[in-house]
Amino acid sequence: MSWLDNIIPSIMRGKDTTHRNVVPEGLWIRCGDCENSLYRPELEKALNVCPKCGVHMRISARRRLDIFLDPPSRTELATDIGPIDALKFKDTKRYRERLSAAQKKTGETEALIVIAGQLKGIPVVAAAFDFNFLGGSMGYAVGERFTQGARHALEQKMPFIVFSATGGARMQEALISLMQMAKTASMIERMKVAGVPYISVLTDPVYGGVSASLASLGDINIAEPGVRAGFSGPNIIRETIRVELPEGFQRGEFLLSHGAIDMIVRRSEMREMIARLLSKMLNISLKSP
Amino acid sequence: MNPNYLDFEQPIAELEDKIESLRMVGHNNADIDIHKEIETLRNKSDALTKKIYSSLKPWDIVKIARHPQRPYSVDYIPLIFEEFDELHGDRLFADDPAIICGLAWLERQAVAVIAQEKGRNTNDKIKRNFGMVRPEGYRKALRIMEMAERFHLPIITLIDTPGAYPGIDSEERGISEAIACNLARMSNLSVPIICIVIGEGSSGGAIGIGVGDRLYMLQYTTYFVISPEGCANIIWKSAEKAPLAAEAMGVTPDVLIRLGIVDDVIEEPLGGAHRDLPLTASRIKKHLVKNLNLLRNIEISQLLQERYQRLMSYGNPV
Repeated sequence: MSWLDNIIPSIMRGKDTTHRNVVPEGLWIRCGDCENSLYRPELEKALNVCPKCGVHMRISARRRLDIFLDPPSRTELATDIGPIDALKFKDTKRYRERLSAAQKKTGETEALIVIAGQLKGIPVVAAAFDFNFLGGSMGYAVGERFTQGARHALEQKMPFIVFSATGGARMQEALISLMQMAKTASMIERMKVAGVPYISVLTDPVYGGVSASLASLGDINIAEPGVRAGFSGPNIIRETIRVELPEGFQRGEFLLSHGAIDMIVRRSEMREMIARLLSKMLNISLKSP
Repeated sequence: MNPNYLDFEQPIAELEDKIESLRMVGHNNADIDIHKEIETLRNKSDALTKKIYSSLKPWDIVKIARHPQRPYSVDYIPLIFEEFDELHGDRLFADDPAIICGLAWLERQAVAVIAQEKGRNTNDKIKRNFGMVRPEGYRKALRIMEMAERFHLPIITLIDTPGAYPGIDSEERGISEAIACNLARMSNLSVPIICIVIGEGSSGGAIGIGVGDRLYMLQYTTYFVISPEGCANIIWKSAEKAPLAAEAMGVTPDVLIRLGIVDDVIEEPLGGAHRDLPLTASRIKKHLVKNLNLLRNIEISQLLQERYQRLMSYGNPV
């Protein structure tokens, strides 16, 4: 095993699927963590956080934005941007086939969804990665959608909030994927210069090329409980240095104590917390609910 | 097998061995004239090299880029620049020897040099961490690049790394943040930036010093988002399939020029840069001087606008 493949860590190879695996069918769902049987409507009401053990289960990008934004006045951006197979990449399968399968599986055309809307009355642009779409990997379309979201935020002077859930850069778009790191980072630099707030929320997992670009550059970096985030996946590090990794390595508390993130926020409190922070960053008072 | 030659070069190695033994014979027997014989073999060896090098596969180029004799930054710097003064440390934690930074003259223009270094012998490799950069390395590079901006000095980066260091300490000190910050800042540093891949451009580790106005590659170098071995491991569950992965990902200059990511390729001597270091260095220097002069004639605001357009164009449908 090579130690070079930082960008696409072990998580995408399916070795380390300790929890989050929840059987999606039926009215009853077993929590992958505490193994309790959960009543589906109740679980969904709890924003897919296990009411028994509190584990934050993985959710789709669309649901993420749905529970984050105010219900009215939502506009999805960059919907015309879809994947491009510039290399006509083929391994055991064609990249095109993998894309079609991912689109069928998720009902989305790409791994990032961008919506302009409001958060407790504050106009914002929010984006979310869909981990079920090829591991939330970033290729041309993800980079371009992010860029268009950032551009919209810049033009309208609206804060930009991005929820990452990704294995990193998309292998099948090779160096085009790598270049999206530079492209997205340059948009964040523009927001920084213009004084447009950019908030990065890390949701399990965030690795590789996305970690080393847009996910680490927030004015404020927030993590959801149970997150795993870093540049190199744990297996690659283990194989390279041949040392057991410390308990809690690359988890939320680790990220917090090493200064990588500002805070850990529960899913149920995410709206409230980000709205509070933004109101201060923009120096505006929130309309009371 | 001759370790100075790669597997696909072994026929060349055999000819070179013959030439060497003939030379020894000639040396010991002054009355035998072997010059003609040597010349014939020399021509044969060159023709064979040309033939082999005209049909290299991407995986062969990966191997040349990693050749143990391949010139590294420390070999090129004294031949390309004059009066290189190395500057050390990120002012926060440590000095990372996997990245060499400093000020130097490129002909009569002062420049900042940022160069990744793999290290030649065992001790040096360990000191340089095989060219695997830690957060301190990227932060040192950024410190020097921001200083260059203050003094209006163009920046030259030499890329050669097997990747950013995948270690516990690297993660603890925020390797992701260090790379991400460089990407963001390099996008708007108000001085010309030229990046050259001189060996192996591996993923985030490479692009961490790889954002600029021009990106060049030496002829037998590679630039990839994931190593061919890593890619093969994920797809075929076997590093043995790396040649297939190298093919599929398009890791060589020709493909990357076609994709609009790389601007130009700098031709290497017959058989690769390590067969003639001074010639390779002089070609890099010539290329740098010419293109830096062009960039220096562009208004800074225009330069930054063009850099922005360049970043925005990556992957755009053509």
